[in-house]
Amino acid sequence: MAFEKDFNLDVTELRLGLPGTSEESEKQASTTLRISNKRAMPDMNEDSSVAADKKCDQETAPPTKAQVVGWPPIRSYRKNSLQTKKTEAETCGMYVKVSMDGAPYLRKIDLKMYKGYPELLKALEEMFKFKVGKYSEREGYNGSEFVPTYEDKDGDLMLVGDVPWEMFINSCKRLRIMKGSEARGLGCVV
Amino acid sequence: MMNYFPDEVLEHVFDFITCHKDRNSVSLVCKSWHRIERYSRRRVFIGNCYSISPERLIARFPGVKSLTLKGKPHFADFNLVPYDWGGFVYPWIKVLAETGIGLEELRLKRMVVSDESLELISKTFVNFQSLVLVSCDGFSADGLAAIAANCRFLRELDLQENEVDDHRGHWLSCFPESCTSLVSLNFACLKGEVNLGALERLVSRSPNLKSLRLNRSVPLDTLQKLLMRAPQLVDLGIGSYVHDPSSEASNKLKHAIQRCKSIMSLSGFLEVAPRCMSAIYPICGNLTTLNLSYAPGIHGNKLTKLIQHCRKLQRLWILDCIGDKGLGVVASTCKELQELRVFPSDPFGAGNDAVTEEGLVLVSAGCPKLNSLLYFCQQMTNAALITVAKNCPNFIRFRLCILDPVRPDPVTNQPLDEGFGAIVQSCKRLKRLSLSGLLTDQVFLYIGMYAEQLEMLSIAFAADSDKGMLYVLNGCKKLRKLEIRDCPFGNAALLEDVGKYETMRSLWMSSCEVTLGGCKTVAEMMPSLNVEIINESDQTEFNLDDGQKVDKMYLYRTLVGHRKDAPESVWIL
Repeated sequence: MAFEKDFNLDVTELRLGLPGTSEESEKQASTTLRISNKRAMPDMNEDSSVAADKKCDQETAPPTKAQVVGWPPIRSYRKNSLQTKKTEAETCGMYVKVSMDGAPYLRKIDLKMYKGYPELLKALEEMFKFKVGKYSEREGYNGSEFVPTYEDKDGDLMLVGDVPWEMFINSCKRLRIMKGSEARGLGCVV
Repeated sequence: MMNYFPDEVLEHVFDFITCHKDRNSVSLVCKSWHRIERYSRRRVFIGNCYSISPERLIARFPGVKSLTLKGKPHFADFNLVPYDWGGFVYPWIKVLAETGIGLEELRLKRMVVSDESLELISKTFVNFQSLVLVSCDGFSADGLAAIAANCRFLRELDLQENEVDDHRGHWLSCFPESCTSLVSLNFACLKGEVNLGALERLVSRSPNLKSLRLNRSVPLDTLQKLLMRAPQLVDLGIGSYVHDPSSEASNKLKHAIQRCKSIMSLSGFLEVAPRCMSAIYPICGNLTTLNLSYAPGIHGNKLTKLIQHCRKLQRLWILDCIGDKGLGVVASTCKELQELRVFPSDPFGAGNDAVTEEGLVLVSAGCPKLNSLLYFCQQMTNAALITVAKNCPNFIRFRLCILDPVRPDPVTNQPLDEGFGAIVQSCKRLKRLSLSGLLTDQVFLYIGMYAEQLEMLSIAFAADSDKGMLYVLNGCKKLRKLEIRDCPFGNAALLEDVGKYETMRSLWMSSCEVTLGGCKTVAEMMPSLNVEIINESDQTEFNLDDGQKVDKMYLYRTLVGHRKDAPESVWIL
């Protein structure tokens, strides 16, 4: 999506921490399974044929927690059952209603399933069979009679794409795809 | 002296000996005892279905009525074994059917059970009464339908944690009107819907029903009706438990539950609205077994309040969202507790809700009768393990799983050798042990020295050298099953005492240092062992270089040589 490249939304994102730091590196560090580094200092077994450092050579890149096959040792049945519950539980998902002007019924989507605006808009386009225009901060969506909007916590009707993604999913209560003349008032330039 | 007793007397005496280990001992006394025991044996336990053939089973025990079979190696539960590795029950059923055995009971674990097998069982064994399937796969609701329809005297249908293809839920309707013998019905692991009317009618005409475990699809109002018809239940597994506490449905349920004064075991809550838990408080006082490990919806206050009502609990299976504090409540409430299992609710997550060493210490202090533990936790310390060992010297099963498998003691940054050492030294009756955390060869020295009763040991990401494995093989005289993954054990350890493996059921080694050459040597020296190499890589041919490290090796003793049903990914040396 064009607007992602034009506007560095990270800059406007409200976040705890010093400017310039990012969460990414911290997250990776905590989930990495370090097999080689964390070994205790070996007792001096000079005659041992398989030394600890041999094991260090084995693994070039330590796998992350989720990638170690068969660990933690839980039966697949139990693991699958937990996964099912997680994906089904509404408390874990952020389901919001999506309406489209003129459509006979509404849909529901889980905002947590998407990493950002491009994926969300693509999903909406596929679900309702339409195309959004090109986004610009100055002019909103250009080139289509469909405009994605949402109702925020205050009950106001907002244009999708203005605020950082995290802020959006936390404040979005429902989505509405406006169509035609009504949409024009919000900045749709056809 | 015993020679002068007629066979019938000895047989009658032997009837009182039910444990298969004892019966095995009895049969070794002398030839006549062997003969009498043979013909009178009704229950046979086979821990590895490839260790013997059905033909030889029947030749020795022609009167067998109950058969227990285990198939795939334990690590198959964790996706370490290819799905088509083996463990098919059909050949067994076929032979039993052909030789006219009057099979009444079949208990299978980690086996592949086809619908064809189930159908054959249902149509062949007229007196078939009991089918228990644990962690099996390969069958669908069609197979269950055959069992339901044809086993006229079925007493027990117990499905535990199986992967079942049950998109067609008509199987329950296949129980004929004439079937009134059910004592135990457990279909909690099925995902599909069942005919609720058929279920109600079935329960209504089963006056002996003691155990009923429902799946998720069974709604609350059906549960209420079932409880009204079966107040004699001893074991209940609730499917869906979602209701508004102020509603009429909820009141009816409360009334129904209160009538069930015999319920001692409770499980399920596969779908749950936690604010409704108070409806079951009336029966909590009698519970000896509680399994909430599939109910992540019950946590926090609701969970601890529930547990506070369960003063007689002996067995508790729970999720780690109970937290250390919650375990403190368990410790102060459940003084009769013998078995505790704490499963991870979020195996790959950040572990915010998980339990630590603190919870375990609290339980060990409050529950002195604790003898069986499965504990998934964020971290563990040596100090905690030492305290636990002191508080609970009666452990028979001690399985600890630290979610990060090589995590040291977070306080001292030391390996957990001393902690586990304390456990094996204190718990003289320890039969099963699973280790995790940062561990060196030292812990294995302790295990070899102290774990005299140890029968099963599971090791992962541990040790520094072959010495670790050698300590265990040399020290643990009663070892039957050893399973190892991701440890630096190589040929030197593997080959030190190959005769030992004949005294064991099986040995599993994966991602270790053993080579093809080493495995071949074992196979050559010990024809009574099957040495299987499992290779799941994309290579179409096995790399024949003896120096090549082996990905997965599974060896087991057998009386019947190489099996003929191994898939391409398995090479039997």
